[in-house]
Amino acid sequence: MISFENVSKTYPGQERPALRNMSLEIERGEFVFVIGSSGSGKSTFMRLILREERPTTGRVIVAGKDLSRLSNWKLPQHRRLIGTVFQDFRLLPNKTVFQNVAFALEVIGKPKSHLVKVVPEVIDLVGLGGKEDRLPNELSGGEQQRVAVARAFVNRPMVLIADEPTGNLDPETSVGIMKLLDRINRTGTTVVMVTHDQAIVNQMRKRVLELDQGALVRDQARGVYGYVR
Amino acid sequence: MRIQYVLQEIGHGLRRNLTMVIAVIVSTAVALTMLGAGLLMLEQTKAMQGYWYGKVEVAVYMCNTNDVGHATNCTSVITAAESAAIYTKLHGTPYVENIIPESQAQAYQHYEQAYGSTALGQTATEQDMEQNFRVKLSDPSKFQVVQDSVGNMVGVASVVDEQQLLQPLFTFIHIAEYSAAGVAAVMLVLAFLLIFNTVRLSAFSRRRETGIMRLVGASNFYIQMPFLLEGAVAGLLGGALASGVLIAIKAFFIDGIVAPHLSSIQFIGWRPFVFIVPLLLVVGIMMSVAASVFTLRKYLRV
Ligand SMILES: Nc1ncnc2c1ncn2[C@@H]1O[C@H](COP(=O)(O)OP(=O)(O)OP(=O)(O)O)[C@@H](O)[C@H]1O
Ligand SMILES: [Mg+2]
Repeated sequence: MISFENVSKTYPGQERPALRNMSLEIERGEFVFVIGSSGSGKSTFMRLILREERPTTGRVIVAGKDLSRLSNWKLPQHRRLIGTVFQDFRLLPNKTVFQNVAFALEVIGKPKSHLVKVVPEVIDLVGLGGKEDRLPNELSGGEQQRVAVARAFVNRPMVLIADEPTGNLDPETSVGIMKLLDRINRTGTTVVMVTHDQAIVNQMRKRVLELDQGALVRDQARGVYGYVR
Repeated sequence: MRIQYVLQEIGHGLRRNLTMVIAVIVSTAVALTMLGAGLLMLEQTKAMQGYWYGKVEVAVYMCNTNDVGHATNCTSVITAAESAAIYTKLHGTPYVENIIPESQAQAYQHYEQAYGSTALGQTATEQDMEQNFRVKLSDPSKFQVVQDSVGNMVGVASVVDEQQLLQPLFTFIHIAEYSAAGVAAVMLVLAFLLIFNTVRLSAFSRRRETGIMRLVGASNFYIQMPFLLEGAVAGLLGGALASGVLIAIKAFFIDGIVAPHLSSIQFIGWRPFVFIVPLLLVVGIMMSVAASVFTLRKYLRV
């Protein structure tokens, strides 16, 4: 599904690479945690999958496509394969829950008849049934993140990537979001999640990738957070 | 493409930056008014040049009934023998390259082409015209040679340097044309900068939406469309305003005030507007769309 072949990334004007010589393979339907201290390159890893950045050397292949060969006009097609969730939710403040989720389909040209069918389904799936007409500022942080997950998932992407989705939430609310991501993973969607939350990683027992100063220092199936080498 | 979404976005965009959009429309309008004015002045010089302008330098007019008793060499209406003598003399004059005889009927026809719509043109008759020779010189500055050669011959009413007659006026119009072109160029640059800034602000204030659109895989076209249409609408309004100003100048200033006082000058009609108005609209749209595309390439990266 996702494969990195000797990928290094050095941002322009930086001396130290943000990622160095990273090789790995993520299969369809996997659930992967990406951990590591601040500045270790986790978000860079995610941006390479989205092709918001290109590797300095090496190849990133997603769904059989070499992203460095992907032309700019095919990029939107690539992004439709991937749903994205961030720490700061990134909802549109003047749109309702329904409109925020529907927005993701509208702007890729899906017809209205399609929206009215799938949007309520997804809102139910994330547990916000009945709150379709609320504005983001009328929701709790956890609920806002559920809207963001609904928006990322409404187009049924093959991959869902989440960069610290529970970073702004209290532990209990975080568990709710984790359960939701787990459910989405069970529908066959590959989930890649960056987190600093030890409890979550230890509890879920999924594959763990640990980065340290841009290097992949651990790739462990059913891993835990505080693993000592 | 969902029309409603697009229209809504344009509406929002235009309202959000209302002052900037007004600035864009006004500067575009001024630029295009100057462009249009320049083109109209070009048309005006053409309208005044008449049939012979640029083809010959000198006209040798021969006596008609009106001239008898008024012009020194006109004791009677020109006879065939007199005109043959003048022709022969012209033929032997240095610098004369070509001599084209023009009958009263032809002269009337060309006169009506040039002045038909003016007060002069409406009162003139064929009998008022003078039979004449149009003379082309190998050196246009040698008018005096022709004047000296045939000016005092019997039957010659007057020798006229056609170029000289219109030259000062044309020089004036050309200066005005160049000034208009200069102002148009400066205003175009100003309009471009204003559009650049407006689109930049617009892109900045919508960065949340466009960021999400990029992430969920909206096409570049879809993301940029509202901005481009915003620019196009502003450009179109600028072009329409410019057209309105030019039409008003023609209707109220030229036709209403100037023309009645200058009955000897043929002013432009409405015909040039048929191409100038669409031209201004198209240039307005293209200019602002081009400026928008340029800005978006910089500030709305994939
Ligand atoms: N756009 C950029 N330009 C230059 N350097 C950057 C850029 N983005 C990230 N970096 C650098 O690359 C390195 C990795 O950054 P990255 O954002 O991937 O870290 P991270 O693991 O996500 O950290 P955090 O846990 O704090 O989010 C850091 O040293 C950072 O300063
Ligand atoms: Mg990060």
